[in-house]
Amino acid sequence: MSIYWITALGTSAAAFIFKYLGHSVPESWLAHPRMQRINLLIPVALLSALVAIQAFTDKTKIVVDHRMAGVGFAVAAFMAKLPFPVAVFGAAIVSAIVYRVS
Amino acid sequence: MSVKRDSLSLSFAVGVYGAAFGAASVAAHFTVLQTCAISLLTFSGASQFAAVGVIGSGGGAFSAIATGALLGTRNGLYGVRMAPLLKVRGLKRILAAQLTIDESTGVALAQDNEKDSRTGFWWTGFGVFIFWNIFTLIGALSAGLLKDPAAYGLDALVPAAFVGLVWPRLKGKKSYFLAAIAFIFALSLAPFVPAGIPIIATSILAVIVGWRA
Repeated sequence: MSIYWITALGTSAAAFIFKYLGHSVPESWLAHPRMQRINLLIPVALLSALVAIQAFTDKTKIVVDHRMAGVGFAVAAFMAKLPFPVAVFGAAIVSAIVYRVS
Repeated sequence: MSVKRDSLSLSFAVGVYGAAFGAASVAAHFTVLQTCAISLLTFSGASQFAAVGVIGSGGGAFSAIATGALLGTRNGLYGVRMAPLLKVRGLKRILAAQLTIDESTGVALAQDNEKDSRTGFWWTGFGVFIFWNIFTLIGALSAGLLKDPAAYGLDALVPAAFVGLVWPRLKGKKSYFLAAIAFIFALSLAPFVPAGIPIIATSILAVIVGWRA
């Protein structure tokens, strides 16, 4: 089985296990405020790391290229409260323009 | 009545993001079939973008699955909130679990009585599921036609989507501080450890920052 299928099915299995466990455990299990805080912060940490890695690395090297222009546009768009598709596809267009002219 | 209308319009708006996922996944060298399988089976935007993103930047399957799984833990928390409201067992519980995402939980919790909450949960859950999968296929097929993904900005699509996913979660000093140190920590680890590990490693920062109120 390819790395792609392993990732597709493995991520799906893991995602479903968490969803199903939530519906099956007693409510008190996750009631601790510390658990709640950490659970809300984990996505903040991972998503910020993903922005950094996806925008500023190539394999294991740190690089600054056309993608930064795209991500910069996305940040500005979200600050201006533009809808998600506008921000994301706008970022792709800006990045593509910089890639083609550089 | 308006619960159903709200659920469906939100479902469509969210479902359109599926096109971005489809395009990003194909740009990371997943096939159209694999891409659609992820949207059908994983059905959780952040986990999906993360898994294909890690693979796209050269990480291994373990890192991809672990990152996707960590981003899926919050759905478990939503399930804990939804279970007493839905009161379902067996096959229906499996279905309810699969449809437990940010949007279905959000709409359900925004209602002021239990009946509307249940309606909101099921309509939004099914609605997003249908549109998300349709648009995933559209995005995947369109991206498949492109030879050089960077020339169409597809390599910027994924980090831009992550900006959009983290944006609504930035509330209060703690979350901004965490976002900043996670960003720096991941980049400083990147040259020294295998791809994917810098991302998972930042979950430790979340535990440290969240430990004290």
